[in-house]
Amino acid sequence: MKIFEKDDQELLSEEKGFFSKKLQRRNFLQYAGASAAGIALVAAGCKKDDDFSRGLDLGSGDIGILNYAYALEQLEAAFYTQVALTPYTGISSTESGYLTSIRDHEVAHREFFKAALGNSAIPGLQVDFSSINFTDRTSVLGAAKAFEDLGVSAYNGAGYLIKSADYLTLAGKIVSVEARHAALIRDLISNGTFVGSDIIDANALEITRTPIEVLSIAKKYVVTEINASNLPS
Amino acid sequence: MDFIKILKDIETIDPEITDRLNPRRAAIKNITSFGSKVALSSLPFALGTMFKRAYGQTSNTVNDVLNFALTLEYLEADFYTKGNASVVYSTAPAAAQGALTQIAKDENAHVAFLKSVLGTAAVAKPTFNFTNSFPTVFTDYATYLAVAQGLEDTGVRAYKGQAPALLGNKVVLTAALSIHSVEARHASHIRQMRRALSTSGVTNVITPWISLGANGQANDSGVPALDKTFAGEDNKTQGGVDITTLNGAVAGTKISAKAAVECFDEPLTMAAVLDIAKQFIV
Repeated sequence: MKIFEKDDQELLSEEKGFFSKKLQRRNFLQYAGASAAGIALVAAGCKKDDDFSRGLDLGSGDIGILNYAYALEQLEAAFYTQVALTPYTGISSTESGYLTSIRDHEVAHREFFKAALGNSAIPGLQVDFSSINFTDRTSVLGAAKAFEDLGVSAYNGAGYLIKSADYLTLAGKIVSVEARHAALIRDLISNGTFVGSDIIDANALEITRTPIEVLSIAKKYVVTEINASNLPS
Repeated sequence: MDFIKILKDIETIDPEITDRLNPRRAAIKNITSFGSKVALSSLPFALGTMFKRAYGQTSNTVNDVLNFALTLEYLEADFYTKGNASVVYSTAPAAAQGALTQIAKDENAHVAFLKSVLGTAAVAKPTFNFTNSFPTVFTDYATYLAVAQGLEDTGVRAYKGQAPALLGNKVVLTAALSIHSVEARHASHIRQMRRALSTSGVTNVITPWISLGANGQANDSGVPALDKTFAGEDNKTQGGVDITTLNGAVAGTKISAKAAVECFDEPLTMAAVLDIAKQFIV
């Protein structure tokens, strides 16, 4: 165990130099995207790799999985924060209440991971929501559905990679709330679609996704390059 | 997945694999029945169980968890089977009927799946009675939904509570988590159905997630008989972090107590779940 701790320490110190370089780029992106309500627009032509072996290192072991969850919660929290800031046209008070509650849950998840990870936490990700029309209900709820279903499949698919029973329980405490969100969003889009053959198999088991599968879907919304190559598998 | 190749690979390590498997007709039969009934994603599960059986090895802990899960799924499936054959279903709105039919189908699929996996180790289905504790459950729609919410939320907490017992078990833990989130989706929808009823002040505030009760109590269902189901759901401290000390969405605010309660679901121990379930078991 000592050896692993030392490795982690070494990785972290290597990381520091990398982080500061990364931060310079982040600052630039924040500056570049400052006009868009805190959302940086993706730089055209910014090439991203598909194998998630370069960029911001999520880390290894349980820390890596927690950072992976933290990254997803950052994405969700940023999305719902924007939804609350710029509600879609014709939003009802019920839907506004629901979406504000979900925002609060996702922000709490994000802040929890940030606090729990401490010095091991990855920095804030730069997001790109340019594919979402925040004035349009269909666009917003469609994106919300994608985020929630993705989140559930991510937690379900990463559970077995977690070594600590406490962390596994924490992930379990969060994923069922994400599933509740997912069901609600799907019902808002079309009542009765809280579960269905697009997300469960013939045994009524929900689909799962590996971190690479999840990041491949999420990268459309994330500017920051993410390195998942040290995650357990 | 190529079964034959896997068997051949194992044969190079264990030349007696075929002998070990052949006398175990039940195990072999399970391969074919799994093949036809079980979705491809579940095949590793089937394979693992089949090998365990072939080698005469069983993991008591894993089987105990699976049988505990099976008992809960029997309970849920029996509840919806009875309820959906009753007047509460036949007089319910069409959308509600559709949802209840879907949920019943899922719970029965969970039963079939767990029974297939456990094979001869599966516990028998208990005899259930729901009207002893809730006399109007199959005649009054609001009561039916209230009990349904209790069962779904209990199910979510039960699976969550067993996750540590399956730590690192790729096949079984992943399957359990994949049922867990489906139960949470059911719970979310049943809660929305209760909110839609809006026949009383209580149902108006029911949310898809477990919130604080109207008077700050852990049970947010408005049904005191479900107190045990929600015991401890008012927890605001996670992993040593008091969630209400964290920064909220709006600058200068902290996470509210209500949001702190809502954003994390709590587990229940096996003993606590069985204590809830026993009122329905004859």
